[in-house]
Amino acid sequence: MSRQPYIRPMSTTTWYMRNGRYKVYVLRELTSFLVMFYSFLMIFGLAALAASPERWNAFLASQQSTAMIIFHGLALLYFLFFQTFPWFKLAPKAMPVQVGEKKLPDSYIIIGHYVAWAVVSIFIFWLVGVI
Amino acid sequence: MAIAKKAVVWGLFAAGGTLTSFVFPALIALFLVIATGNVPEGLQFEQIHSFASSWLGKACLFIVLFLSVWHAAHRLRVVAHDFGIRKDTLVANAVYACAAIGTVLAAFYLLTIN
Repeated sequence: MSRQPYIRPMSTTTWYMRNGRYKVYVLRELTSFLVMFYSFLMIFGLAALAASPERWNAFLASQQSTAMIIFHGLALLYFLFFQTFPWFKLAPKAMPVQVGEKKLPDSYIIIGHYVAWAVVSIFIFWLVGVI
Repeated sequence: MAIAKKAVVWGLFAAGGTLTSFVFPALIALFLVIATGNVPEGLQFEQIHSFASSWLGKACLFIVLFLSVWHAAHRLRVVAHDFGIRKDTLVANAVYACAAIGTVLAAFYLLTIN
């Protein structure tokens, strides 16, 4: 009769609470809810845009409230610190750039990402006339 | 076949992650600006409608929405596992269906804007 193999007791629902790194990982992955939420918010916006000027204005009006200001403000901070910045930090590991014999220093790739991000953001703001 | 399929899913995931990291802060900031009641000029009906009518505008909007929903779907599948939901087939079907619906709706609405 063989012995029962030892299975380390571990919660399948709260395992990440044991370790700070795991908490950060879970918080980072939860940003995917925001991506889904904003994507569908934009799709609802497209539906209104496709329908009529009245529907579009109603959509814009429906988005204006103090609760939404707080929500978007928090969402923006959360997304920046748990998706955008970590993604840029990981970029040299995911996409190392080799020039000749040497690898480009990590800091170049990270700074390059921040510069590109600034350009993209400014372009979007320019496109909609915020700046 | 399995490897080829994996490469497609992984490619969409990586492209979506990069794209969302770059454009979502600005997009969320725009929603924040709208929420304060100051709708920017470019988001008035005439302007945004003409942007979405152009093929370049349609392509930009579609690529952003398409990659975002597939990226999010792939990650939500893993999130479900992390929170102890072990019915992966069911979860995968649900999240990818969500992404597929988003993709089809985005394409449909964009094509009706002329």
